[in-house]
Formats: sequence, structure tokens, C-alpha cells
Amino acid sequence: MIELEGLTKRYGEKVAVNNLSFAVRPGMVTGFLGPNGAGKSTTMRMILGLDRPTAGDVRIDGTHYDRLKDPLTYIGALLDAKAVHGGRSAFNHLLCLAQSNGIPRARVHEVLDTVGLTPVARKKAKGFSLGMGQRLGIAGALLGDPRILMFDEPVNGLDPEGIHWIRTLMKSLAAQGRTVFVSSHLMSEMALTADHLVVIGQGRLLADTSMADFIQRNSRTYVRVRTPQPEQLSDVLAAAGITVLRTGDGAFEVDGGKAEHIGELAARHQVVLHELSPQQASLEEAFMRLTAESVEYHAHSGAGDVPAARAWGEGWKGEG
Amino acid sequence: MAAAQVVRSEWTKIRSVASTVWTLSLAVVVTVALGILISLLSRHEFDNLSRTERLSFDPTFVSFAGMSLGQLAMIVFGVLVVSNEYSTGMIRTSLAAVPQRGTFLFSKLAVATALAFGVGLATSFVTFFLGQAMLGEHRAAIGDPGVLRAVIGGGLYMTLIAVFSMGIAAILRGPLLSLGILMPFFFLISNILGNVGATEKVGRYLPDQAGSSIMRVVTPVDDDTPYGPWGGLGIMALWVLAALLGGFLSLKKRDA
Repeated sequence: MIELEGLTKRYGEKVAVNNLSFAVRPGMVTGFLGPNGAGKSTTMRMILGLDRPTAGDVRIDGTHYDRLKDPLTYIGALLDAKAVHGGRSAFNHLLCLAQSNGIPRARVHEVLDTVGLTPVARKKAKGFSLGMGQRLGIAGALLGDPRILMFDEPVNGLDPEGIHWIRTLMKSLAAQGRTVFVSSHLMSEMALTADHLVVIGQGRLLADTSMADFIQRNSRTYVRVRTPQPEQLSDVLAAAGITVLRTGDGAFEVDGGKAEHIGELAARHQVVLHELSPQQASLEEAFMRLTAESVEYHAHSGAGDVPAARAWGEGWKGEG
Repeated sequence: MAAAQVVRSEWTKIRSVASTVWTLSLAVVVTVALGILISLLSRHEFDNLSRTERLSFDPTFVSFAGMSLGQLAMIVFGVLVVSNEYSTGMIRTSLAAVPQRGTFLFSKLAVATALAFGVGLATSFVTFFLGQAMLGEHRAAIGDPGVLRAVIGGGLYMTLIAVFSMGIAAILRGPLLSLGILMPFFFLISNILGNVGATEKVGRYLPDQAGSSIMRVVTPVDDDTPYGPWGGLGIMALWVLAALLGGFLSLKKRDA
């Protein structure tokens, strides 16, 4: 488990991370979502003790990172696939990491196998493609067989096959009961992998919620209706107490309406329908709306609490 | 975190990059080759020297003349050992594996220093014997008073130059900046300050000027240097300690 308590990082006047408190729990994939520059990488660097927090605290299984004995056996991280000496072979890169944490040499061969780099193990890392570099970084994260894994934008620049591989890997790691914390700036990516979601914008916590909850709360559902008799349909719906929204292309959007109900009304009043389809606004839109608000909150400084859904996470207390 | 683990890890790091091999080989080749050449030239020049110059003639020191250039390769070695971590981004991976920054830095320095000392000492002995062979009848023997001390001192000198560079690189981080300051300093500025009358008294306290006195056996005739061979090496060691302290504090305080 990773616990952040009022974590703050200031660079001069600029606040990169602002009073973040949340916990990342075992047994699931927690998505760490925010637009570029929201403070995700800074937060992850503070978790690993690379950057010093200006205020607040972060603990790994209740302990500060620099107090962990052989930290790679507690938490494995992929922050930057290029954080490798290009002149060193993949094998030697992993070997020096393994030795520093008392991990046996045989484990290096194992993780190279897991990520599929065994054929190029003796090749210098600078000749690696982005995808291979990413796999090497993941091999480094898996090296100590840690209970916690952290990946910063792991699918960036990968081909579809690589993306699929990483998604499957993260899900299987979580299924083994490990803590998986993964950042992304793409909501669509998170929707496919994450069970839980932590959203930040401008360094502030915007949401800490289950994926299902987030989808339910943030995605607007409506029914899209098209008809050659728009006047009649809007009269019929108005008579039934249903408000409609006319879109530019001559269609109607009925908020929260049931498609069956609208279809039956239309049939009863003999209105011809060309389209009747339930719709769900994309999560990407919901995410944009959420983070756009953070910009507003920031601009009108002093605006009260950030809408965080902390309550959901309470149910997990005691399990970590 | 057992320091022995980190030392092993740093040994793997240093032996698995090409720059270690080429910088150290260059240090050996340049020092020895230039030492041979200058020894050979000195033997032919000896008859043209004045009486005082002959009294000041130091065959041991002459055979170490190649170090003025060979030390530049040692500087590159020292700088790259440390700054490679920063220029490649490896430092973040390294510090995530070893968050105790003091343990990390001093394990790295211990490994690199041991390697530099091994290579430096071997270079010093080789350049001494080959240099003396070139000097013919003007040669010194390893058993002569002070000569063994000077030859071992040559190895210590090369080691300290490398360690000083590691400390500076830990402060400055970037390889280009570190080399851009160290190379002209040791190749030009220190020599100028040490040989121009007005700055000589200050110049002789610079690390290389002071440290190189360990390689002298014969004191020049009108010499007024206020320290002996070991005193000079001690002054150099103080510079090295200061650089290491600066490097340690820089690593400790700053974000990686």
C-alpha cells in the first residue's frame, strides 16, 4: 500500500503538487489520471524518494522509502524507460540493480524472459526501440518480485501489441493481490485497465473513486431521436412532461429518458422515427470537464473544497 | 542496505561500460609513451644543461613527465563515472534501488578509486622503468633514497586527480560542464598560475601543483616550496576531500 498525506511540492512560486492525500490499495489497478503537467510524475518521484516533498509525507507499507531495506523487493517502478545507460547491456543493467538489492542473478534471467528480452539480453540498451526500452524498464520493476508496482505512462509510444501486453500484465499483477499504480493522461486507457481512479489537476486531488462510480457519476446518458416530424414529436414529448434538447443536425437529445418510453409515445401518436438510440457521453469528455473545473478552481483562488469522493475509499481501510 | 551489495553493483556498472576501458587505457598509453619520449630527449639534452640545471636534474620526475597529459584521461574517467548517471537518467533508477545517497555515492567512489589506484600504480611503475631505461647513464634506481616513494606517489597522484574529478562531477552533474572546467584548469590555468612569478606562491597550493611534489626525488637548487613531498600530497588530499564533501552535499540536498 502507498499512502500520501498532505503531499506538497513547490518549485519557487509554482506549486506542482498541492496537498495530496490518498491511498493506493492492493489487489487492484489504481489509475492515476491527470492532464500533462498535472503533477503525476512529480508525485511518483516523491513516492520513490527521488524528489523531496516541500510538505507532507508519503509511506510505503507504513515506512519511508529510504528506510526500506532492499527497496526493489517492496516496490518496483518504471518512471522513465530512457533512464538507462545506453552503453550497458540489458543483462548488465538488470544485474547491477539486482546486486544492489541482494536479488539473485537467476532472477535477472527470469524477468528478461517475462518481458521477452532474452534474445537481446547482451545487446546494448541504446539500440533498443521504445517498446523494448519500456519492456526493460518493466523488467527492472519486476526484478525484486515486489508487492507494489508503479508505472508512469507505460503505454506511451507503444504499438497496439505492446499496449495489449502491458494491460494484461497490470491486470494479472493486480489479480495476484499486488498493488498496481499506473499513471496516464488518457481516460480511455484507464477505463480499460483501472479498477480505481485517482484524478488530479494542477497538483490537486479532484477525485478518488472506483472506476464504476466514476463512470456512473460522470457520464451523461441520454436518448438520441431523429424524426421527419420534429414539431409533432416535441409536442408529444412536451405533453408527456419530457424536456428535449434540439441539436444542430435536426436530432433531439432526451436527457435521462428511456428509449422504450419514447418509442411507445411516438408509436401511440403515429410519429415516424428514423433513429432512437440510447447514448452515453464519453469518459474522455467527463475527464475533460473534471479537469477543466480544476483550472477554474485555481483561477478563483479561495474556492472551497475540491469535489473529492473520498467516502468510497473508506470501505477499504483495514485491508491494506 | 548492506554496503557490500552496493559495491558489487557499482563494480558491475563500471566494468560494463566502454568508457571505463578507453579512458583508463588512454591514461596508461599517454603517460607511458610521453614519459619514454621525454626521458629520451632529456638524455640527449643533458650535456647542454648548465651546472645548476644538472644539480636539479631529477631522473625520476622526468620519467613522469607524461602524467601532465595522461592525467587528463584520468579526469575524463573520474567525470564520466559520476556524470554518466546524470546524462543518461540512470541516476533515478540507481537512487530508487539505493535510496541511501551517501551509501550510493561512496560505494561508487570506492570502486572507481580502487580501479584508478590499480591502474595508476601500474602506470607509474611501468613509466618509471621504461623512462629510466631511456635515460641511460643518468638514470635513477628504484632502490635509491626517495625513489620508491615517488613511484608509489605517482600512482597516488593519478588516483587523487581522478577522485577530485569525481567530486567535482557530483557537484556539477553534467559531463560537459565538469570537463569544460576541469580540463582547461589542469592543462592550462594551474600551470600558468604555478609558473608565473606573481602567482607562483598561490599557484603551488593548487591540487596538481602541490600533489605532484610527491613524485620529486631531487629538490631543485633554489627551491623555496614550504612543503615536502608528503605535505604536498596532503594539500592535494584536502582539495579532494573538499570536492567530495561538496559532491556529497549536492547529492544529498538536491532532487534527483
